[in-house]
Amino acid sequence: MKILTQHIDVPGIETIDVFMKNGGYKAVEKAIKTMTPDEITEEVKKSGLRGRGGAGFPVGMKWSFLAKPEGVPRYLVCNADESEPGTFKDHYLMWKSPHTLIEGMIVSSFALGANTSYIYVRGELMYVINILEKAIQEAYDKGLLGKNILGSGYDLDLFVQPGGGAYICGEETALLESLEGKRGNPRNKPPFPAVKGLWQSPTVVNNVESIAATSWIVNNGGDAYAAIGVGRSTGTKLISASGHIKKPGVYEIPLGITVEEFIYSDEYCGGIRDGHKLKAVVAGGSSVPILSAENILTTDAGEKRLMTYESLSEGGFATGTMLGSGGFIVMDETTCIVHNTLTFARFYHHESCGQCSPCREGTGWMDKVIKRIETGKGRMEDIDLLVDVAKKIEGNTICPLGDAAAWPVAAAIRHFRDEFEWHITHPEEATKPGAVYMRPGASWSN
Amino acid sequence: MSNIVFPAETLELVKKIIARYPDGKQKSALLPILHLAQAEWKWCSSEVMDYVATLLSISPIEVYEVASFYTMFHLEPVGEHVIEYCRTGPCCLMGGVEVYDHLKKRLGIQTGETTKDGKFTIKEVECLAACGWGPVFQIREKYYMHLTNAKVDEIIDELSK
Repeated sequence: MKILTQHIDVPGIETIDVFMKNGGYKAVEKAIKTMTPDEITEEVKKSGLRGRGGAGFPVGMKWSFLAKPEGVPRYLVCNADESEPGTFKDHYLMWKSPHTLIEGMIVSSFALGANTSYIYVRGELMYVINILEKAIQEAYDKGLLGKNILGSGYDLDLFVQPGGGAYICGEETALLESLEGKRGNPRNKPPFPAVKGLWQSPTVVNNVESIAATSWIVNNGGDAYAAIGVGRSTGTKLISASGHIKKPGVYEIPLGITVEEFIYSDEYCGGIRDGHKLKAVVAGGSSVPILSAENILTTDAGEKRLMTYESLSEGGFATGTMLGSGGFIVMDETTCIVHNTLTFARFYHHESCGQCSPCREGTGWMDKVIKRIETGKGRMEDIDLLVDVAKKIEGNTICPLGDAAAWPVAAAIRHFRDEFEWHITHPEEATKPGAVYMRPGASWSN
Repeated sequence: MSNIVFPAETLELVKKIIARYPDGKQKSALLPILHLAQAEWKWCSSEVMDYVATLLSISPIEVYEVASFYTMFHLEPVGEHVIEYCRTGPCCLMGGVEVYDHLKKRLGIQTGETTKDGKFTIKEVECLAACGWGPVFQIREKYYMHLTNAKVDEIIDELSK
């Protein structure tokens, strides 16, 4: 079942003519000519679509929070600042099929009563920004953007805004600050963007994939979307698959397939690269807890884990994780968990905006202490020190970057403590190039 | 300082960018215009940032604090080609560390340095959202994916011509 990527490999799909020949922009016509904004919101609510950027908050509900005071402009801002390590699905979608996003932007903007909308794209993707701007111009030329769209009286201008290289701007209030030409420091909430967002006007910020899905929902109805998936995990999800698999790439899956199928079937990752065994997976982008091979494939109850919000988090953080952004990083037995955790800790240290002390100082501590362990200079008490620092960051910051920094470190120690200990007790061996600890008796060990 | 002025066609573009935002919200154009400035002058010197401030009728400090916050803006001179490699987890899993070591050896410089001929600067950056196609680096707008030592050599040879 493909909703967003059905036509992604059609040659020329990035052009509006080919896109329209393949059914593109039908949702704009249907939405603007035959539906009211409230009816669209109702369908999105029925669909059960949840925010695809990572938080998983229901999109229709977020839309319904939008304040609508008379005479005040409202804005839709698309979050295309995709920066969570392991995640490259929005990059792929915008690069291959820019009109899929633009169609969703028009439909969603109409539903929200926005007459100006922005797509905030991470600045590194300047070539994607150029693709989007070309596609937007095509849409203007066809009368799908601009004044009086399709003769309906509805006006919409759509602009692309480049970021400047800052992970924090994927946090929605930091993104709005950045769009206002400032440093990306997250705002205190409340007020939420739905009440005071861009330039203090009511604003909805949604992820690329969420917005793109709204066209299909308009065309086919919320019930049809909700019929895909399992329970509260409805519809399809783009999964960015990277690491030690045969076929890295972006896959659109119906939510609810098993993790095992996703990793091993030829339709998706194709299994672990030749001659190697699965050791660990980070299932939803670098910030979600890493799990060992056993825990990612099977829940505590002995059931096969599913690719859903609920199943991946079953067992809490003790044995579970999160679907997050769908950044699925697969590691085989050659992976040093300490080194991988160091790259994540370094990432969050670099990306902390510096506004809240627990995150600004704590991410630096974790980076330094893990580096000490990785380079053979660790002390046994460093492990508990890391756990302690992570605990003191978690929940004590304005935005979720603090949690995102704390979780991967805490989880790596929770599930691979023996590997950290080995680095400390065997510094000479551990610092040899390519050296990796083999847990006795583990399914991935030799 | 007086020679820091955008060419006429870029000034037209600046006007168009400012028009994307409501009246009085021209500060929103800061990041797009800093990108244009860096494309023009390679790096954001204080003269360049002061010029951007005058274009947007904001104070210079508002430009400095933004330019220094975002990784993409170079606050010191850089070489003709700035190679920005991704050092984050997924690229390292795909052999990034070895490839980047090769790159540094090949150019004879460390991260953050520029070759003596001013041709290349190496910078390390965080995740470039291309994890399934790693290891990855970026030179200006172009992504170079699935890097190997041999591929790095080819790219450097090509850019050295």
